[in-house]
Amino acid sequence: MTQLLSGSARFRSIRATVPTVDQVTVEDRAAAFTRRSIKTSAKLAGLKMVVSMMDLTTLEGKDTPGKVAYLCRKALHPIESRYDTPPCAAVCVYPNMVRHARRFLGDLSPVKVASVATGFPSGQYALRTKLEETRRAAGDGADEIDMVIDRGAFLSGDFQKVSDEIAAVKEVCGAAHLKVILETGELVTYDNVRLASQIAMEAGADFIKTSTGKVQPAATMPVTLVMLEAIRDYFFATGIRIGMKPAGGIRTAKQSLAYLVMVKETLGDDWLSPGLFRLGASTLLNDVLMQIVKTVDGNYQSADYFSLP
Amino acid sequence: MTMKSKATAKLKVRRAVAVLKPVAPAHVQPVIADRDRRLKFGDKWDYTPAPETVPVKIAPRYELFIDGKFTAPQAGKYFDSINPATEEKLCEIANGGAEDVDRAVKAARRAYETVWSKMPGRERGKYLFRVARLVQERARELAILETMDGGKPIKESRDFDMPTVAAHFFHHGGWADKLQYAFPGRTPRPLGVAGQIIPWNFPLLMAAWKIAPALACGNTVVLKPSKTTSITALHLAAIFQEAGLPDGVVNIVTGTAETGRAIYHHPDVNKIAFTGSTEVGKIIAQACAGTGKRLTLELGGKAANIILEDAPLNQAVEGIVSGIYFNQGHVCCAGSRLFVQEGVFGTVVRKLRDRIQTLRVGNPLDKNTDIGAINSSAQLEKIRELVQCGIDEGAEVEQSSCTLPAKGYWFRPTFLTNVTMSHRVAREEIFGPVLSVMSFRTPEEAIERANNTPYGLSAGVWTDKGSKIFKMVNQLRAGVVWANSYNKFDPASPFGGYKESGFGREGGVQGLAGYVNLS
Repeated sequence: MTQLLSGSARFRSIRATVPTVDQVTVEDRAAAFTRRSIKTSAKLAGLKMVVSMMDLTTLEGKDTPGKVAYLCRKALHPIESRYDTPPCAAVCVYPNMVRHARRFLGDLSPVKVASVATGFPSGQYALRTKLEETRRAAGDGADEIDMVIDRGAFLSGDFQKVSDEIAAVKEVCGAAHLKVILETGELVTYDNVRLASQIAMEAGADFIKTSTGKVQPAATMPVTLVMLEAIRDYFFATGIRIGMKPAGGIRTAKQSLAYLVMVKETLGDDWLSPGLFRLGASTLLNDVLMQIVKTVDGNYQSADYFSLP
Repeated sequence: MTMKSKATAKLKVRRAVAVLKPVAPAHVQPVIADRDRRLKFGDKWDYTPAPETVPVKIAPRYELFIDGKFTAPQAGKYFDSINPATEEKLCEIANGGAEDVDRAVKAARRAYETVWSKMPGRERGKYLFRVARLVQERARELAILETMDGGKPIKESRDFDMPTVAAHFFHHGGWADKLQYAFPGRTPRPLGVAGQIIPWNFPLLMAAWKIAPALACGNTVVLKPSKTTSITALHLAAIFQEAGLPDGVVNIVTGTAETGRAIYHHPDVNKIAFTGSTEVGKIIAQACAGTGKRLTLELGGKAANIILEDAPLNQAVEGIVSGIYFNQGHVCCAGSRLFVQEGVFGTVVRKLRDRIQTLRVGNPLDKNTDIGAINSSAQLEKIRELVQCGIDEGAEVEQSSCTLPAKGYWFRPTFLTNVTMSHRVAREEIFGPVLSVMSFRTPEEAIERANNTPYGLSAGVWTDKGSKIFKMVNQLRAGVVWANSYNKFDPASPFGGYKESGFGREGGVQGLAGYVNLS
């Protein structure tokens, strides 16, 4: 019977088939992860893992090739080698900066180049423009494309359009991984977040990502938990592991460890890897490094000892 | 224009495929075969132990608290208090006899007649507020003591028990001078001396539930804590001393079942409030019948937690977990019978199986422990016996695969499937981290099954549809029904049972009614 339905008919009823979310309980559960006590060697291992999962980001109108070079260097060598800290997972930049990042990092870099695309951050552009932008970013050497969904279409109930755009962008990504930004701050309800996650995963997302960082609230623990649960249910339904990237608003080492706890206890060990979990942040890295230094050396250093990205 | 329509046409073809068969990002992860779809909760990133430091002093010996002073029991007998997580002796506790109970009741009567019943409500309230603040100040110390004495995880004694203890004293402190507004048009008068017997699952919280309303209404108290968990009640006694509570207003007589018997048989006690097993509740009810003693009983339960197929399932699983594994399942209102609608039965069981793997069992003083020690070897024996009986009757056991400490009393978080309504594990209160899972087809059937028990303390309903909640809540014969949540408590909300789960309410205006005569 489902096969007889046209695509749009299915999307008219998709809301009824996607699980609902209870706000009070999901917020309680998310808060419970922050009460885990992560100390000593677990803290150090966790912080290093956070560094290895970080998409070090600069998304400003005033970005220049020079600024991107700073960022790339910091991502490759976050801190002196004696702290035995891995490089970041990726740098995340605007499309115009992709070729500069690629040139700086070279082709064999452990640090990937991620580019926002599809009319970031609003997504209020024609599909043709979005596809062209994606094609160029991928062509310039981006390993990963962070696209935004059309929130206007989503909120007006045109889920078909949201899905079609993701599928179309996925197609032009080629070998590049696709992260789909839901911009949860604009979707507002957990039910919407859950539904948008489902649409994105079905349409071909490799990762789902909370936010652009340009809208408040950005990533929160409960929103991320709702998305992790969507990933879990999708995994059991299809056998496909989708990645997760909370982005925006994660500024402290303590917060980032709480996210790691949440991933560990929701999806298990497989997702504790940069292949399936990323943190998008611009200011988090130095706080994490400060905690690593403190854990290793036993005392805090001032911010002056940590290089700016 | 041509280009645009071409692009759209192409997309539609793509979509038609994508809708029916989700696109696999094949270059990232291969599709995992059905049988291999498992979450791995291993030790890729394990938490190191995070034990709470223990800045508390446990006296080698605790005496009775009678008439404002700590005094030795007349017979000079003591028993050991054991830390259930280590099986080590913590201290000795006085074993109060009938003569000690008599002394306590006399002190309570004197305090009632000379001071407490005559004191204006707002003055009584001041004492309760003072006690509440002192509990808050000492919350850490009390939480640690509670965890060492009873085995519950520090996470719970710190984040649930102690804040709720303080909340009960604050709440009832507020009522003390407003009793006339609680019962409009009627005049509330205190009852006299209240004898209160409390269980071991929430030692200090149960003491607060009993003492706070009694004092707010102008009664005096003789309280007996459970034999295995007396320490925090005696530290509360020290707080009463510090708060300057007049002598004899609260008396604490530790001891055994014999001590409790002396309290409910004492002729000069006006009211008995008991929380504990239905078995003992019946004995107390018989003893009090015809004596003129007022009685409230809060007894056992075998609560149904009902998951309808439209429920937010991921959250419902959290509700199941907090319903049965909170405080090792030593909760009278624990959701120990799970009813899942058939359409989502398999999904819920699978999610629950994954979820219990992430529960951390072990040292209760570790801040990351979710499930602590079983309170006593006797209780552990009872849990084992009932689970074995479930297996013998054909139930299938699902347990987390965690390792248990070598010493102490432990039981893995467990649930049983293949259970029917006539299994013992579906009828008797296990009072441990053991859940019996059953299915149903229609909401009517769920209600019928949920009500098919001699108990009636609590229930839970999980559905996304508000109208279903209201319909079911009205038909469930249980004192508390939680909708899309479980084990939530507030001093303003009355708590108590139907049928063999007891009578009378604790908390809120309804709870005050148990401690006043109205005229």
